[in-house]
Amino acid sequence: MRPELELISEWIRPGARVLDLGCGDGALLAYLREHRQVSGYGLEIDSANMLQCIQAGVNVIHADLEAGLADFGDSSFDYVIMTQTLQAVRQTEALLDEMLRVGRQGVVTFPNFGFWRCRAQIALQGLMPVVKTLPYQWYDTPNIHLFTLRDFEQLCRRKRIDILQRTVLDHAHRPRLGPRLWPNLLGEIALYRLGRA
Amino acid sequence: MPPTFHPDSIGLVTPQTAHFDEPLALDCGRSLADYEMVYETYGTPNADRSNAVLICHALSGDHHVAGYHDEDDPGKPGWWDNCIGPGKPIDTRDFFVVCCNNLGGCKGSTGPTAINPDNRKPYGPDFPIVTVKDWVRSQARLADQLGIAQWAAVIGGSLGGMQAMQWAITFPERIRHSLVIAAAPRLSAQNIAFNEVARQAILSDPDFHHGHYYEFGVVPRRGLMLARMLGHITYLSDEGMRAKFGRELREGKMNFNFNFDTEFQVESYLRHQGHAFVDRFDANTYLLITKTLDYFDPAADFDEDLSAAFHRTQAHFLVIAFTSDWRFAPARSREIVRALVRAGREVSYAEIPSEYGHDAFLMPIPLYHEVLRGYLTRVAREVSADAA
Repeated sequence: MRPELELISEWIRPGARVLDLGCGDGALLAYLREHRQVSGYGLEIDSANMLQCIQAGVNVIHADLEAGLADFGDSSFDYVIMTQTLQAVRQTEALLDEMLRVGRQGVVTFPNFGFWRCRAQIALQGLMPVVKTLPYQWYDTPNIHLFTLRDFEQLCRRKRIDILQRTVLDHAHRPRLGPRLWPNLLGEIALYRLGRA
Repeated sequence: MPPTFHPDSIGLVTPQTAHFDEPLALDCGRSLADYEMVYETYGTPNADRSNAVLICHALSGDHHVAGYHDEDDPGKPGWWDNCIGPGKPIDTRDFFVVCCNNLGGCKGSTGPTAINPDNRKPYGPDFPIVTVKDWVRSQARLADQLGIAQWAAVIGGSLGGMQAMQWAITFPERIRHSLVIAAAPRLSAQNIAFNEVARQAILSDPDFHHGHYYEFGVVPRRGLMLARMLGHITYLSDEGMRAKFGRELREGKMNFNFNFDTEFQVESYLRHQGHAFVDRFDANTYLLITKTLDYFDPAADFDEDLSAAFHRTQAHFLVIAFTSDWRFAPARSREIVRALVRAGREVSYAEIPSEYGHDAFLMPIPLYHEVLRGYLTRVAREVSADAA
């Protein structure tokens, strides 16, 4: 997780106002507060995670993102961040819209379903893939929307969302040569910085 | 034999009284020439008293928050004893805890039962209506007397949470953390309606005598009891009542009597609560405090914009709501949170699953107490880092 925090952190302007959707235990916000002096809040539905945020002194709002972001005004944050969450929500498209309504920019990370091992497991074994970044069985996975880098970029084009920056990593969150050359085939985790004119 | 209390109990506590002879101007336009406030303190103040925490009580609460008054009666601790003490979420090893009976109360602070210096009779209905802002100002004077420049935290549930909120607005520099539990930014029409029925119950009691019942040697028992019974229904949830009482009959069968003796357990519970309340509470105070609740509206001073009210606050906020609370539902707490976020303030919000209804804020619900403990542990660390 740490390298991903560092990579995201490099994209965030110091002193920015940040909303982290599905903030987990608050590690990213705590990191950004320390290294980028950001202010902001995390949204988290899980009670145990919410408690960890409180213990860590991270501002957390115990709420369900699926209910939308109606409590937040237009462009009220510099960045709205969603790490490893987009694939686990039901209202994927609506949440992307909400993200870019509330935030001037969005930062999204997700596991790439186009990774060659995923393709191989379906093609050769005929089974739903189980890989390091998607470690669940089909029947117990929280990841209900699986998609590839190309899928995501197609959606962005269709929705007129600008991709401002992209980094593709391996499962250990390392930006290696392979993922850089063949991102949709060799990349396991994708990071995007998004905007909308 | 020395009294034996549980090690996490404050043990025996003694109320104290503070006198104030500088007049206190009230929101209603009148003023109190001189007045008294009773309070209790637990724990030890640090050198600059920066570890002081104020607990604000709700409608029927008072200054006796934790510990025991009577060593022979260890069955009845203060109203929030499960949360305050050595090792408890509001840890008296870290904090110097203060709680006072609010003005207009009936537990020793100047209120309707006190003697009006103008006519040497109890104030009764002539006691001025006090607001949450008045309370906060009077609590600030108590803080002055106790040498407390800034509270590490002001904490309250329900009407107490409204005081914690008002503190941050009225005295931004005198409060570091505001813990607003099971509260609302103002009452809804439904809330006011319930208060109105409670008031009518008291006002229509033949023993009320326009509030001058002290002079007749009576109290409007029936009215106050009804008001409390009604209140109690709004403090519990439907599911909580079902779990606690169901449709259980006291004698195991329906008697089909027309005398309306208590048949169902819930009836007997409400009557018991009503009776017990009449013996410990004053009807004029009840009337007064329901009006205090009705009038609370910090946004009113800021063009109905709650986030504007929070613009000048400096405190960090922790807002807590309970899922089955329908008196001040989670949606009301989220209004507070939304306004704080819009104002760019530091705020966390926890929504605690519970079936206890509004009463949940007094219950030792594990997640709730862990949230309080987690938050206050950081406050304590902050205070001792500053003091060092």
